[in-house]
Amino acid sequence: MTTPRTIGQPRRRVDARAKVTGQTRFADDVLLPRMLHGRLLRSPHPHARIVRVDTSRATAMPGVHLVLTGDAFPVAYGILPVSHDEHALCRDVVRFVGDPVAAVVARDEATANEALAAIAVEYEPLRTFASPEDSLAHAEPRIHDYGDVGNIHKVVALEFGDVDEAIAGADHVFDDVFFFEGNTHLPLEQHACVATKDPDGKLVLYSSTQTPHYVHRALAKALDLPAAHIRVIATPNGGGFGGKSDPFNHEVVAAKAALLLDRPVKFCLTREEVFYCHRGRHPVLMRFRTGVTKDGRLTGVDLRTLLDGGAYGSYGAASTFYTGALQTVTYQIPRYRFRGCRVFTNKPPCGPKRGHGTPQARFGQEVQLDKIAHHLAIDPADLRLNIVAPADSLTANYLKVGTIGLAECIRTVVDRSGWREKHGRLPHGRGVGLACSSYLSGAGLPINWNDLPHSGVQLKLDRSGGVTAFCGATEIGQGSDDVLVACVAEVLGIAPFDVRAVTGDTDLTPVDLGSYSSRVTLMMGNAAIQAAERARELLAEAVSAKLEVPQARLTFAEGRVFDAEAPDRGLTFREAVCAAEARFGTIGTTGSYTPPKSPARFKGGGVGPSPTYSYTAAVVAVEVDPETGWITVPTVWIAHDIGRAINPVLARGQVEGSVYMGLGEALMEEQAFRRLPPRLSRALVHKFPSILEYKSPTSLDMPEIVTDLIEHPDPAGPFGAKEVGQGPLLPIMPAVANAVFDAVGVRVDEVPITPEKILKALAAKAAGKPARTGPAAYPENVPWPEPLHVTPPWEGGDGRASNTRASSGRKADAGIEATAGVKS
Amino acid sequence: MIRLPRFTYHAPRTLAEVASRLADAPGETMLLAGGTDLVPNMKRRQQVPRVVVGLKRVEGLRGIRNGTGFTIGAGTTLTDLVRDDRVRAGCPGLWQAAAQVATPHLRNSATIGGNLCLDTRCTYYDQSYEWRQAIDFCMKKDGETCWVATSSPKCLAVSSTDTAPMLQALGATVRLVSASGERTVEVADLYRNDGMAYLTRRPDEVLADVAVPPQDGWRSAYWKLRRRGSFDFPVASAAVAARIDPEGRVEQIRIVLGAVASRPMASPAAEALIEGEVLGDDLIARAADVASGVAKPMDNTDYELVWRKKMVRALIGYALRDVRGDDTGPLRRALARQSLLDVR
Amino acid sequence: MTDGKVRLRLEVNGEPVDLLVDGYKTLLEVLREDLQLTGTKHGCELGECGACAVLVDGEPILSCLALAVESEGARVRTVEGLVEHGRLHPLQEAFADRGAAQCGYCTPGILMTARALLDREPSPTPERIREALSGNLCRCTGYHQIVEAVEAAAAALAAGAASATPSAESGVATPAGPTPAGGRR
Repeated sequence: MTTPRTIGQPRRRVDARAKVTGQTRFADDVLLPRMLHGRLLRSPHPHARIVRVDTSRATAMPGVHLVLTGDAFPVAYGILPVSHDEHALCRDVVRFVGDPVAAVVARDEATANEALAAIAVEYEPLRTFASPEDSLAHAEPRIHDYGDVGNIHKVVALEFGDVDEAIAGADHVFDDVFFFEGNTHLPLEQHACVATKDPDGKLVLYSSTQTPHYVHRALAKALDLPAAHIRVIATPNGGGFGGKSDPFNHEVVAAKAALLLDRPVKFCLTREEVFYCHRGRHPVLMRFRTGVTKDGRLTGVDLRTLLDGGAYGSYGAASTFYTGALQTVTYQIPRYRFRGCRVFTNKPPCGPKRGHGTPQARFGQEVQLDKIAHHLAIDPADLRLNIVAPADSLTANYLKVGTIGLAECIRTVVDRSGWREKHGRLPHGRGVGLACSSYLSGAGLPINWNDLPHSGVQLKLDRSGGVTAFCGATEIGQGSDDVLVACVAEVLGIAPFDVRAVTGDTDLTPVDLGSYSSRVTLMMGNAAIQAAERARELLAEAVSAKLEVPQARLTFAEGRVFDAEAPDRGLTFREAVCAAEARFGTIGTTGSYTPPKSPARFKGGGVGPSPTYSYTAAVVAVEVDPETGWITVPTVWIAHDIGRAINPVLARGQVEGSVYMGLGEALMEEQAFRRLPPRLSRALVHKFPSILEYKSPTSLDMPEIVTDLIEHPDPAGPFGAKEVGQGPLLPIMPAVANAVFDAVGVRVDEVPITPEKILKALAAKAAGKPARTGPAAYPENVPWPEPLHVTPPWEGGDGRASNTRASSGRKADAGIEATAGVKS
Repeated sequence: MIRLPRFTYHAPRTLAEVASRLADAPGETMLLAGGTDLVPNMKRRQQVPRVVVGLKRVEGLRGIRNGTGFTIGAGTTLTDLVRDDRVRAGCPGLWQAAAQVATPHLRNSATIGGNLCLDTRCTYYDQSYEWRQAIDFCMKKDGETCWVATSSPKCLAVSSTDTAPMLQALGATVRLVSASGERTVEVADLYRNDGMAYLTRRPDEVLADVAVPPQDGWRSAYWKLRRRGSFDFPVASAAVAARIDPEGRVEQIRIVLGAVASRPMASPAAEALIEGEVLGDDLIARAADVASGVAKPMDNTDYELVWRKKMVRALIGYALRDVRGDDTGPLRRALARQSLLDVR
Repeated sequence: MTDGKVRLRLEVNGEPVDLLVDGYKTLLEVLREDLQLTGTKHGCELGECGACAVLVDGEPILSCLALAVESEGARVRTVEGLVEHGRLHPLQEAFADRGAAQCGYCTPGILMTARALLDREPSPTPERIREALSGNLCRCTGYHQIVEAVEAAAAALAAGAASATPSAESGVATPAGPTPAGGRR
């Protein structure tokens, strides 16, 4: 193969012109003739039985076309097969403030709003569950009639080798409790959709979704329609970050209304409603017990996590496993026990946000490593360098590490930041902190467990010389259309601008599972390469025959197909396509990608496997005013093992965007709730469902960022590429916490790290108490089941569990494969 | 999208016409200047006037005039103020206050009159109708209870204007015009410490302009606490104006705190402590202790109230050091997330 | 005027507009819904994000807070009006080349704000650009590539935009200046 001409070159992304001219058509920009507008009536109660809904006044109002209630939606749906617990409109019970109970479709939004106010709903309030402690303590009334026990949605327990023995035999045992507050995606675009019937009478839904394939499935189920009669078009998302990965109420309601009215129906959520859709970062309380040798090697880790899941399942079963999945792919952990518990509470459901389930425990692990290094007087960078997981190895929990550039990432940020001169050496009030991370390049298993490809690409080539690439992947701002075009252009030796991307349309494009788990570049990219290589073979055969040059000597480059030994001898790409079309008929090829099988053979082993992992290291500098706790972050140095950057402009943007979002989580973002005094009120409300009070950093709040991309192509990735959209977020929060310790000698063992908490820790230190702010303890009343025992590979294990009980409660065998479930 | 309620709109050309519109239906009419406060409040149904009187086209309402000090028309935007060299050079505290309001975009629309009349704010109040319904509303609008302190007989919403504390410290006055005449009141007398009836302006009055007395010999400074470098309302602030003789002795000083009560709060005790003295570090510390005593932050803004209270003391110290002439640049840069020098 | 329809005459992107709008509508709603100029975005409708920024008489304001009726007689410019004489504005070129638009949703508001900045101040410092854009939230980029793009556009304008910028249609434009990867800001 020739030197890449597109891959690795800084380029204007293919959809840039549309974005800078305002022509990108987001969901709310879809305007159709005769379009009506819908609004949802949402519950003002955190937990209540619906006694009666009277829609008669609303229905009679001028301009109102349709009023719907839960009666119209008998079928439940949900993103994971193990938790189909949502109805488009609540039927019996509302489970959080914001849960939708009715919908109005009217000539405009103002009329719809007025009609919502005319709907009378009678509620019978139920006990409010405001915290995991509430839900652990009280089994009744149950928020859902499924789940492991009472208001516990899911408990899982896995043990890889005898951890108690490993910790007992350690020179030191570190036992720390951490808390990571929930936060939300806050995409700038509010969720919107337009549903309509096409002229054939089939349903079409335009929606700001990251996962058109799953919305397609949910609509088919919830509306009891053949999937082949439904078309879901994912409009470019105005930011997603995981928040548009579930099927949502308004999508199902819009579809139903469009079918009933035979008119286009639009729903565009308000910002407040987006906070209620949520599916964001779970609040997680966690306890790490870690055994350490005197030279800083880990003997075993015993991790417990407690997730506040909110009111519905969403991705929660997977999120629970993810809090314990990836600790082992960064560092050598010979023995490992993970127990996770997710409870239901009366708050908007949590789900996947950038890093899905892993940033919380990553925070705990990286802060604890900093404590270990400090205690053992080992430089935190050296401590980590000594325990970096080896390349091409299996972890204790049977995750396959392929290439790993973590050590190079650490060395790079250490050099760039001047770490050796700074750490422990700066004046009081200034400090540096280091942390690392790893993330999936796509989940190894699909949500609906089957043997089908995860991504498919079709190419159309014709006598115009143009190439169209079709793929179900969804452009959410990350540049997936650009990756698709780049891969095809590179293989065929043409300019990216000569390739048109058609994506995210279930009628036109082959299935791609969606823009989540950092899977698109790797999976779609590999599928695109396969499709393009197949097309290149056809063209090569035709050109070879026409020019009488052996196929092996043909080069595809610069819009030509030519003899490598006599470059003047060749055809233009257009002529080559014509030759192929004449020889073979219409030219179309396909490519697909299915990840390799995981060696894990135990229940729960479906969460964590990936074709390859990305790695990141970051050093964060902070300045802390010891008088006030005021914290400033002047600089972040970050190095990311990306394998290969397809388009370095976009790759850098993903890293810097991750740093941005990580700093928001580290310093200010909170999806927090307010419980009114229970003697006066049952209210449990989002504290501030607004962009003003949910604090997102502005241009003035951003530090200098020094980014290094570490490029050693990974054989599993397209042109060697790994993910870059999520991993770089993960080290930021713990690096800030570690830097605060370096600056003023106190620990903030929770996120966000605010001036109040720093000052509290300083006050505690001054009073001779432990110099920390953070949670006191992990609860003792989680009903843990006997863990599944899996012997690590190096102790002779084969990836299977030696026992079968995996979960407590009624559904011990009902399949807790978090990303797995029904066969389909 | 959030939609405005329906209303009747008038766009008078003169103050007299404005006053006459107000006199027609004083309880149901609201004045719209930049719209940055009223429009969101109307969208959230916190304020639902039947009649909206736009001030944008009222002649002579926008602009800064020289007088004995200078007079600022109520319709002058905060951007106008920030771009005015007389303000920047002659009245740095006011410039700093205006430059830190909200965002550049909002300052392009928001007016000085609007900022002075800014509705008091509270996490239980600055919410949509539906959210407030979920807590059964609050005393300030549609409900009975003050959820900030359920036994409180009065509303505890917070005065969140940046310019009012500074203008009060500067000894500014405002001119209020109604159909029955006009009156001039001290900015200090424009407010009450009551989250609902926070203005002494009558519903039939329009704030016409602000007069800032001559600043010869005066120094001023404004220090604001907010989480981010932009957007956020103050959660505490300190405004200081002082006349200091060449030997560094403070002849006269006014210290006013913002966002710690339902009105700007002066601290006469701290002022008395300082007047006649040289501003040494010890005196600054003592004065900050005393002045912060008037701050009664409640749990209804961003940040924890205990820490906010501590920060009030720090802010007073910063402002006092600023008027003393210290180089507060690095502190400013850390707290404001910028030097302020780039605000234009 | 009443709560019914209101006649509104203004200039949008250099063209006169004369229409009847609902009296309760904001400029944002009229632009997007009555004029179908959907390039202007909305993220909160309460003045808290900057996505709806447009130029009114040359100054960036939030169209979600401006009553449409108060725009009578105004000169309004939206992202659709940035392209002039069939050419992208240098800001658009620079944003496209330098990764300043990821999801693209905040982009129109930021472009209009930056346009007003460069109209007033042809060569702003990075600090000044950050301040001028501090009312535009972006959740994707972390702002650095945006600030760089504004700097690059200022430089291109100074050098004479026509000759210095690559064609928008080439699709293979390579950013000049700092290395896109391994950037340091």
